[in-house]
Amino acid sequence: MAAVQDGQLNMEVEKDIKTEITNDGSGNINANSSSPGSTSSGGKSKSPAGSGEDQQTLLAVLQFLKRNKLTESVDILRREAGLSADADDSPVSDSAGAGSGGVPNVSADGGDANSLLSRVSIATPVAPPATAPPKGLVRSHSKVMPSGGEDQPDVNVVLSAYSQQGDPVLYPLYYNGLKKFIESVLDCHRAELSQVFYPLFVHMYLELVYNNHENEAKQFFEKFSGDQECYYEEDLRILSSMSKKEHMKGNETMLDFRTSKFVLRISRDSYQLLKRHLQERQNNQIWNIIQEHLYIDIFDGMPRSKSQIDAMSGSLAGEGKRDANKAKVFYGLLKEPEIEVPLDDEDEEAENEEGKPKKKKPKKDSMGSKSKKQDPNAPQQTRIPLPELKDSDKLDKIMNMKEATKKIRLSPDNLPSICFYSFLNAYQGLTAVDFTDDSSLIAGGFADSTVRVWSVTPKKLRRVKSAADLSNIDKESDDVLERIMDEKTASESKILYGHSGPVYGISFSPDRNYLLSSSEDGTVRLWSLQTFTCLVGYKGHNYPVWDTQFSPYGYYFISGGHDRVARLWATDHYQPLRMFAGHLADITCTLFHPNSNYVATGSADRTIRLWDVLTGNCVRILTGHKGPIHSLAFSPNGKFMASGATDGRVLLWDVGHGLMVGELKGHSDTIYALKFSRDGEILASGSMDNTVKLWDTLKAFDDVELDDFTAATGHIHLPENSQELLLGTYMTKSTPVIHLHFTRRNLLLAAGAYNP
Amino acid sequence: MAEERRPKQCTVVLPTESMKAMAESIGVGQLQEESCAALSEEVSYRIKEIAQDALKFMHHGKRCKLTTSDIDYALKLKNVEPLYGFQSQEFIPFRFASGGGRELHFYEEKEVDLSDIINTPLPRVPLDVSLKAHWLSIEGVQPAIPENPPPAPKEQQKTESTEPLKAVKPGQEEEGSTQKGQGATSAEAKGKKDGLMRMKPRSTHELSVEQQLYYKEITEACVGSCEAKRAEALQSIATDPGLYQMLPRFSTFISEGVRVNVVQNNLALLIYLMRMVKALMDNPTLYLEKYLHELIPAVVTCIVSKQLCLRPDVDNHWALRDFAARLMAQSCKTFSTTTNNIQSRITKTFTKSWLDDKTQWTTRYGCIAGLSELGPDVIKTLILPRLTVEGARIKAVSDGPVVSNIDKIGADHVQNLLLKHCASVIAKACPLPDNVEQYRADYGYLGPMLCSHVVKARAQAALQAQQVNRTTLTITQPRPTLTVSQSGIGGSGGSRTPSIIKVPSSLTLMSTRPGTPTQPSPPATKYIVMATSSGSSSTQQVITRTSSSVTSTVASATSTLQPLVKLESGGSRPLQKYIVVSLPSSSSLESKSGVLPPSSSTSPILLEARIKVDCSDSPGASTQSPH
Repeated sequence: MAAVQDGQLNMEVEKDIKTEITNDGSGNINANSSSPGSTSSGGKSKSPAGSGEDQQTLLAVLQFLKRNKLTESVDILRREAGLSADADDSPVSDSAGAGSGGVPNVSADGGDANSLLSRVSIATPVAPPATAPPKGLVRSHSKVMPSGGEDQPDVNVVLSAYSQQGDPVLYPLYYNGLKKFIESVLDCHRAELSQVFYPLFVHMYLELVYNNHENEAKQFFEKFSGDQECYYEEDLRILSSMSKKEHMKGNETMLDFRTSKFVLRISRDSYQLLKRHLQERQNNQIWNIIQEHLYIDIFDGMPRSKSQIDAMSGSLAGEGKRDANKAKVFYGLLKEPEIEVPLDDEDEEAENEEGKPKKKKPKKDSMGSKSKKQDPNAPQQTRIPLPELKDSDKLDKIMNMKEATKKIRLSPDNLPSICFYSFLNAYQGLTAVDFTDDSSLIAGGFADSTVRVWSVTPKKLRRVKSAADLSNIDKESDDVLERIMDEKTASESKILYGHSGPVYGISFSPDRNYLLSSSEDGTVRLWSLQTFTCLVGYKGHNYPVWDTQFSPYGYYFISGGHDRVARLWATDHYQPLRMFAGHLADITCTLFHPNSNYVATGSADRTIRLWDVLTGNCVRILTGHKGPIHSLAFSPNGKFMASGATDGRVLLWDVGHGLMVGELKGHSDTIYALKFSRDGEILASGSMDNTVKLWDTLKAFDDVELDDFTAATGHIHLPENSQELLLGTYMTKSTPVIHLHFTRRNLLLAAGAYNP
Repeated sequence: MAEERRPKQCTVVLPTESMKAMAESIGVGQLQEESCAALSEEVSYRIKEIAQDALKFMHHGKRCKLTTSDIDYALKLKNVEPLYGFQSQEFIPFRFASGGGRELHFYEEKEVDLSDIINTPLPRVPLDVSLKAHWLSIEGVQPAIPENPPPAPKEQQKTESTEPLKAVKPGQEEEGSTQKGQGATSAEAKGKKDGLMRMKPRSTHELSVEQQLYYKEITEACVGSCEAKRAEALQSIATDPGLYQMLPRFSTFISEGVRVNVVQNNLALLIYLMRMVKALMDNPTLYLEKYLHELIPAVVTCIVSKQLCLRPDVDNHWALRDFAARLMAQSCKTFSTTTNNIQSRITKTFTKSWLDDKTQWTTRYGCIAGLSELGPDVIKTLILPRLTVEGARIKAVSDGPVVSNIDKIGADHVQNLLLKHCASVIAKACPLPDNVEQYRADYGYLGPMLCSHVVKARAQAALQAQQVNRTTLTITQPRPTLTVSQSGIGGSGGSRTPSIIKVPSSLTLMSTRPGTPTQPSPPATKYIVMATSSGSSSTQQVITRTSSSVTSTVASATSTLQPLVKLESGGSRPLQKYIVVSLPSSSSLESKSGVLPPSSSTSPILLEARIKVDCSDSPGASTQSPH
């Protein structure tokens, strides 16, 4: 475990705030550029008279600290930054002061970076609520603002962008005009241009609301909300409830719209068409919105079809930009550690001990030699420092390989058996389940804040003896490992108490010594499965932590929650090593790539992001789901990923190309569990609709033809073949499936709480 | 559909009255209308916001039902103090009240007597969470074990049998399936992947070893000699969800069994087989239509066969005919459609053989029983017009020279049967007063007897109504009431307008109040039973049972139940059957068909089951009488 202490990861002090993140994918917060948070020991190197951006960041941090009543830190920080005590009593905290400040109220375009600066640094008394807040101020800053990293100051700034108003009565006319135009263009462009409707609609509506045209806004909404794609229904519902300017403050969905540009992919031809139309008509209102709030990713080539667009859209902020997915991802697997020689020796020994004849040696050799070759797509072995293998790990690997030789080869004609573990009497309280890799233990997280661990093998769970008893043990004896266990505590299940809210995520360490649990109380806890006690409580998320997951190599783990930031931790550090920020809504599920170099997070903003553990960059943004994503799975070779969402669809992704390669329809409710078989031929999905479905992934990946063009543009034709790929559906009686696991021999284990 | 909903969404706002009510509740009177409007909008928005967050917690809690704790967590997320005291798992105990033009929902806070709480025995500790493993699938095949859902749900069985065309034509099927898309059931989905040329899904007729063993055990128990085992077996048939695969075998077993045993005149076995049919029909997961071609002939045989037993003069084969007739009526009711016309075909069959002069008395009895079970309408149109002819025939047998004892007994039974069924129909259909001469003119030989029966029936209906009224009155706490619309047994004054009668549905209520005036009512109960059951042997059983075997609470319970059952059966059926059912040995058998367990622990659930019992459920009992 100590192997990583000083790798390339220099411990960075991370700031501890809920981050609102920018429009682009690289939302990584580099701790060096941001100010230290509650610790504030890192020192503030920047001069107080730094750029406006720095100033604002500083102010944001101060705001945050104040809100969390960390007055001491506020004082220290203020002193170091050289800000006067009242400097941060800036209007931002006032609900009425909508971004007013040192800037003259009505100046049309007087506001620029300097005016912002002055607003921040000059302690002006709060101006009376501005009916017409400064216009130019924020417009020129809409790119700068979001990087401020704090929501409160942003709200006003961001909102005031809407101050620019036209005649509210004309809005429906504008919209209608555009609608007519788009309906009249050639078919091939219509689908592409229709993408504009939704963001335009939202921004026009928000503008109306912001400028207190409540009735017009309502009418506008009623008139045109029906035109929007059905998968935006959730967001529209939120929008519809927002009918007053006051509501806009603190509404996260609204902020997402404002802080991030909606990304559209449109072919050059279609874009030209749209531009020409708007300019001819002098339709500045719409043109302004497009300029300001939309990011149009123009590509050369054929316009996309309706189905292509539908496949990719649906996320909160449009599609991922094309260049967001350009970074190279080393999706290959790491070389197996060099335990071949000891493996064979020990294996032989073990077999000799058991008195069995030697068997299948050549096969093992072949396997060994295969893993010796370096995968060209794999990252360097030492790209991120991994813990050294302990003897027990090696033993486990050997066990794993032995089991693997007995693995059943799955195929569409040879489906796996499914063993279902029902939690009885759980009273709807089961919230998370995990199996160990060797399938010997099951852990369940419950709504009553407990974590329970069961042994499913005859081997019972035992606790290590107390310290006093341990000192009496002869440490030289051969069976010392047996002796340290307290026989009296042997039982089939153990309960771990410690959390103070429902346990939403749970994960075993690969070596089965630890268990992670994440909870509504904002903490992630590390439990020892030797002593069955809590070892560490990792505090960092201030809000519910929806999911946590151990790295396949142990030591690292990832957590993500309501604060929209995924954190990478190491078990021996009480602060996170990396913070991955960029999602626009709750992070609902997290998963490590099999090579441990990447982390995937699924979010309620309906995107999946892949993060590089080494650099902290977001390397993939995958859009296409129409609902919050609740499950992720990597194929064993690391090349593909599957994701399941509340919309009941499973999407398949090519990680290397950043492309959607398949869509599996069939479930009728949220998919909470996905797992590839050990060889990756079969994908199992489990859902709230009480079914387990098996899918033929080999066929799914084969059916996709990837030529250079599609690979380059990402415009893929999805084959409509879910029904052909579906190999089986297995209904439970009344048990939602919330976890799936393939044993090393390819037996599928499923788990859920019986819900009579 | 989303489009239709959306405009609604944006207009849903709490009414301003609620704001006023809330303001008053905290002591702010006379809130301005404008402030109310502003408040309600703001409050509605915040509530929506909280609900959205609460949904998040529900999703992560892997539930489909929003709970109060979800809302608590959502409030916590917003740094708002959660609402304490709403820890209910299932429902929110809000109560509704209106008055003075106001409508209110409020949370009822009862005053609780602490001593009551202290003195009540502790509830059972909820069971701890436990883990249970079962095979959901074995190499791709789902085993039919109780832990798994039945292999073919009833709806699917129904579609398979009622829409055979769709499944047979491959082209059509393809179209349908592609359109259906997502909601395809497992079998459909599986079938689709097989390729384009999909034929009607062939149900596998291979039974696993376990199923074969089960089949053997069950069939042996059903026709074996041990009554307890039989009861268990029938119970299993009536409840087990995984029998779909075995249904063809059961059907064949019954049909063959009847064929053989009719020839051998083995009455007991025929009864056992009919009880199997009954159990199959009772199984909620089975859809029998595909097997009616085997089952109906078997059942009809048991109704109309010339001879069903070795000694027709002694053995009570009449009960079997009654029972089978009721089964027939039940299957007509369940399965008769415009395409298969079961009811009309059966009616035709019965009528034809009844009209035949050469028909034996036994068959005659069966035909009439079968027809009269089909309902008052059938009686009115088919049986009443023939009463004169039938009466003459009965007269010929009873008054004429003694041909054979068997004929005499047969005629006697037919007469009783006719009187029993027709009286209730006439009582409802004909106006008062009952004139003997008129009856003689209308119905010939049977007229006078019919007249007296009708009078009896009327009197009983009146008493019944009284009884009903009385029981309702005795219930001081009319809390959970069940309204039953009564079809024709009017009030005590003989009025015929349908009336709504409230009957207490809570049995426990009765038993916990031993001091209520209900207590002295057992005599009344007995009277009802006597009056209803036209003096057949089964009445005695009832009386003994109600008066001796059980505690008085149960007896009173039965009495409260009587009207209910009676009402549901539309008055066309005598009552005694419901009570007879409770043979001690059959306590485990057919708990659905209204068995009062011998022990006095009658639970409300059982009661509910009893209430639901419909008239055709009774036969389970009357077969008992032959033994």
